[in-house]
Formats: sequence, C-alpha cells, structure tokens
Amino acid sequence: MKIHEYQAKEILAKYGVPTPRGEVATTPEEAKVIAERLGGTVAIKAQVHVGGRGKAGGIKVAKNPDEAFEKASEILGMDIKGLTVEKVLVEEGAEIDREFYLGIVQDRATKAAALMVSAEGGVEIEEVARAKPEAIYKAWADPYHGLRGYVAYSLASRLTEDPKEARTMAAILRKLFTAFVEYDASLAEINPFVATSDGRMIALDAKINIDDNALYKHPDLAEGRDDVEETELRAKEAGLSFVPLDGSVACIVNGAGLAMTTMDLIKLYGAEPANFLDVGGSSNPEKITTAMDIITSYPGVKSVLVNIFGGITRCDDVANGLVAALKERPLDVPLVVRLTGTNEEEARAILEREGISAGSDMDEAVKAAVEAASN
Amino acid sequence: MSILIDENTKLVVQGITGRDGLFHTGKMVEYGTNVVAGVTPGKGGTDADGIPVFNLVAEAVEATGANTSIMFVPEAFAADAIYEAIDAGIGLLVVITEGVPVQEMNKIYKYAAENGSRFVGPNCPGVISPGKSKVGIMPAQIHEPGPIGVVSRSGTLTYEIVYNLTRAGLGQSTCIGIGGDPVVGTGFIDCLEMFEADAETTGVVLIGEIGGDDEERAAEYVQTKMSKPVVSFIAGRTAPPGKRMGHAGAIISGGKGTAESKREALTAAGVAVADTPSQIPILMKEALG
Repeated sequence: MKIHEYQAKEILAKYGVPTPRGEVATTPEEAKVIAERLGGTVAIKAQVHVGGRGKAGGIKVAKNPDEAFEKASEILGMDIKGLTVEKVLVEEGAEIDREFYLGIVQDRATKAAALMVSAEGGVEIEEVARAKPEAIYKAWADPYHGLRGYVAYSLASRLTEDPKEARTMAAILRKLFTAFVEYDASLAEINPFVATSDGRMIALDAKINIDDNALYKHPDLAEGRDDVEETELRAKEAGLSFVPLDGSVACIVNGAGLAMTTMDLIKLYGAEPANFLDVGGSSNPEKITTAMDIITSYPGVKSVLVNIFGGITRCDDVANGLVAALKERPLDVPLVVRLTGTNEEEARAILEREGISAGSDMDEAVKAAVEAASN
Repeated sequence: MSILIDENTKLVVQGITGRDGLFHTGKMVEYGTNVVAGVTPGKGGTDADGIPVFNLVAEAVEATGANTSIMFVPEAFAADAIYEAIDAGIGLLVVITEGVPVQEMNKIYKYAAENGSRFVGPNCPGVISPGKSKVGIMPAQIHEPGPIGVVSRSGTLTYEIVYNLTRAGLGQSTCIGIGGDPVVGTGFIDCLEMFEADAETTGVVLIGEIGGDDEERAAEYVQTKMSKPVVSFIAGRTAPPGKRMGHAGAIISGGKGTAESKREALTAAGVAVADTPSQIPILMKEALG
C-alpha cells in the first residue's frame, strides 16, 4: 500500500528524522492560513500516489500567503496521470546546498532489506541506477539483527567527507530502518535528503510503501487507504482482487496468474482487457454477482469473458453465481463463458437451462469475447 | 524418481481441523498421500477423519515419523507454525497460507536455511508428484505421471498448463507451485537444479509472471548450468506498472519486473517462450525432439 508524502513524513518525524515544518490543506484558503503560520517562502506539493508530480506541475513555490492561495488553487483538482489532486502539503521552503538519496527496499533475491544511498539525490533512484550505477552504494540488513551501526556509518561515509555529516546521515539511516521494520514497509526512501545552505540536514521528500501482507498489523494506516479507486476497495471487501484498465473486454477469472494470462490473450487476439479480476479460491454466488457488477460499471466494456479453471473453485458454484447475477442485473453486452475442471458438467447444465453455452477451451473463449467486443 | 516428494513422504497437516485443512487432507488421502498426522493446538488426542491429531508438531513427529508438513494455518499464526515445524526437524514444509508479512519471511528463510529445512511457499498451491504423492491443493485429476517437471509462481495458471500437457500426452514428474509472494522459500533456481539432477525428468516448464527478477536469474542458470530443455510462459504482458496483480509479488515497480524483460532474458538463454498456455506442449515436444 502506498501512503502519501505527508503521512510518510509524519512517520519519519516520529522516529526523530528532521522534516520541514508543514501541514496538509484541502482548500486554497487552508493553504493560505498555513503559509501565514509558517512565514516566508513555502512549497505547495500535490499529494497523489504517482511519481513525477514535479514535472507534471504538482509542486510549486509560493513567496507569500496570497501566492500560496493562488498556487494551491492551481494544484488542487489538477489531474496528474489520471489521479485528481485532493490534498496539498504546504511546507516551509529550504535553501538546498546538496541533495542525497537514502533508501531501504525489500530485496527479493537476498531475502533481506537492502539499503541504498547516493550523493546523487533529487532524481529518481532508478534513473541514477541506469545512468550512473557506480554512484549508488548498497548494503544489506541482517534479518535477525537489523542494521548494524557500523554498516550505516560505512554507507554514510561514502556520501560526504565531513565526518559530522556522515554521523548525521548514519543516524538518519538507522532511524529510517527502524521505521521500515516497525511499519512493515516494503520501501522507505528519503529523496532528497538535503544539506541546506544554513547547515541543517532535513528530509525534504519521503516515500513509504507498506507490505500489504502486514496491513493487518497496522489498522490505523489501512483505514484511510486511498491509493486505490473506490471500486478496487469495494472489490477488496468482497474478497476479489481487481484492477481497472481501459479496454473493451471485461473478465472474471479465478487465480491471479490465469487472470493475467487471460488479459494477455485478449490483447494477443486483438482487443484490450478492461480489467484484471481474480475471484479467488472459493466462489460463492455473491462474489460473482459483485464481480459482475463492478466490471460492467465501466463504460468502455463491450463484452464480458468468464474464465474458470475449477480446482478448489467449483464450476457449478460459479455457474450459480453467474445465473443469479444475470437475473439481478441483465447484461447489455455479450457474455462468453469458459469452464474447465471440478464439476464442469453440472455447471454447463445449470447455464444451459438459462440459455448460456459454455466452452471449455481458453483460446477459443478469448477469441469469441474479442470478436463480440469488436461488433 | 521425482523431486521433493514421493512414496516415502510421511505428511503431517498443520491446521488439520480447519475448514480448508480438513477438506484438502481428505483429497490428499484420496490421492494416496501418506498422511500420518495432524496438528491443531488444543485438539491433541482426537482424530480428524481417522487421522490422529496432536497438539504439537514435535509430538506428531515422535509418534509417526512425519518428515514433511503442509500448513493451512491462518496468516497471523503461520510464522509460529513454520518455526515449530523447523524446530521439530521437519525437512520439507509446504506453506499454503497467503498473507504472511514479508519481513517475517526474511527471518524464516534464514532460520530454515540454518536448520537444514526447506520450505515451499508461502501463498502456493503446493507440490505433486503424480502417481506418488500430493502435498497441496491442486486438482489431482488433471495430472499424469511422466517426464516433465513443472515449476510456477501461480496456481490456476499452472493447472491450465498441466491440463494442456496431460492432454498432449506429456505427463509430469513433479509440479511445484513456488508461491506468489515476494519472498519464497524455494525458488525457480532451486527447482531447476533438482529437475536437472532428477533422472526421470527430461524437460522443464517454467511458469513466471511480472515482478522481481527471479525469471531473469533463472534464465542465467538455464544457460550456464542446464542440459535439459526448458520451455516457459510469462504472465502479465498487459499488466500496468505500479499495480499489484493479485499476488503480492506480481508488481512492476520502477520499470523493473516487466514480462518483456523476462521473456527477453529467457529467449536469450535458449528457452522457448510461449505466447499462450496452449503452445507449451507444442514447444516442449519440439524441444525434446
């Protein structure tokens, strides 16, 4: 789960990482009041879950409260890569002398937290990794013992020749690491971590992603979740895994791998998938009803494909759910059903009574759904 | 032969009295798996469909000689159950449970390695050596004994591909679902290594998906260490970046972990990469000559 910059900074501040003074505003009026309170030049920063907001015009500097009002009105409501800006962070400005990158990420290969630091802060670390990989220094934490002090110091000392700065950054790394562990993060980065012209060191921007598997341990964070669309949340509550896309062929599939494959075949056979939807292992009729409801709520949908490989999921359960869903809310686009596996004969009988024929071959079913969407 | 499990597998089911545990225990017994014990704390001394239940894994091991465990324990208790199995000397653990925190898995991985235990999963369908033993939740009827090894990050997609293999007359030596999480106990390379050494296996199907670089690393392994042909399918060519596609590990982040990068790496390593699951048996037959 992604959290906003201001939330990440609240967490970091709790662990003693110095962050700029600032507050969140949802209206230009609020932004003005905050700017007055902070005094001087402020930065107005869009709080959206996408990268590259600076380039998209989502970060502006205001010299006084009136300008803060003006810039906040420009940013609030702005569309950045398909997301509407609903909050801005109004923060005191900083005179940047040097910018660093301090980050911790879960390393899938070594099965440990990887620490990465660089003196090339302020740009995306992936960019640095491509253009100047030698500028990134790495170390790994021990799964049992965490981050040793000397490891943090040895990393920090690669970034500066000033021993005091190195000690400061080593301490920040350890605080960042504690936050990473205690919040079950999969990513925690400060970029840039800046040295200001007046000799301070602060976290100017921060990003924390939380491991979805550990969200149950952090109900306070999970509650305000806004990194997914409302339909995605509704799907989640119903036990479905759903990601909306822009295509014309909607699909309901059991299992994440098969659902991705179904999307890929839709594309391969000439159309675009309208969504990813995994109904999960067991399919009670209600889940199917909700799934149908969600996927057909998108206007671009021209056909619906149901692709089930029955194992734990019983095909007859899916068939019953489908019939119930169609009775409640008849489809106005063509439906193609493919069922194979556990109880497929029973399922076929249930569907045939309602005049729905179900195939057993995946390629044929996808082709039929693509064909139906192009008519 | 086969890998990981066979006729000598003596299975203990952790979480046997839960709904899923009991259901799948029945299915495994039906398939012929030697299920010797179950464990549910507080229910020791009872039985579950005729299988003796113990309070602790160590008690089950002592009484029955169990050497393999399968776990249906809810996510909040899963880590403890894994440590318990390792401490009881279980050599192979199959963790079906989904949703174990990743940082906990880092510790478990290290602990298992230090104690000489191997685990498969978490968030996986398990392992089956057709005709010998099934330690998992996959539908047994689609499998046939034969020479093809299958290793996959997915569940139902694996069934789809196994179904295609079986229909084409290509039976399987062992099929392993390694799990859809970012940290798994047994990875592609571990399985490739075991299949390469397994006399019964003549070819391997590797089923990957977006996220991480396991497939890229597997490609390097195939190129440098394997003599047997490998055929692959990678799911998620149409997956958008930054979005988790069901599995916790299936996410393209920072431009890394795309299906294209995996396909390229595998192709460069001499692996035939299929565009659809139905092409897999065709490519495998070609590769086997």
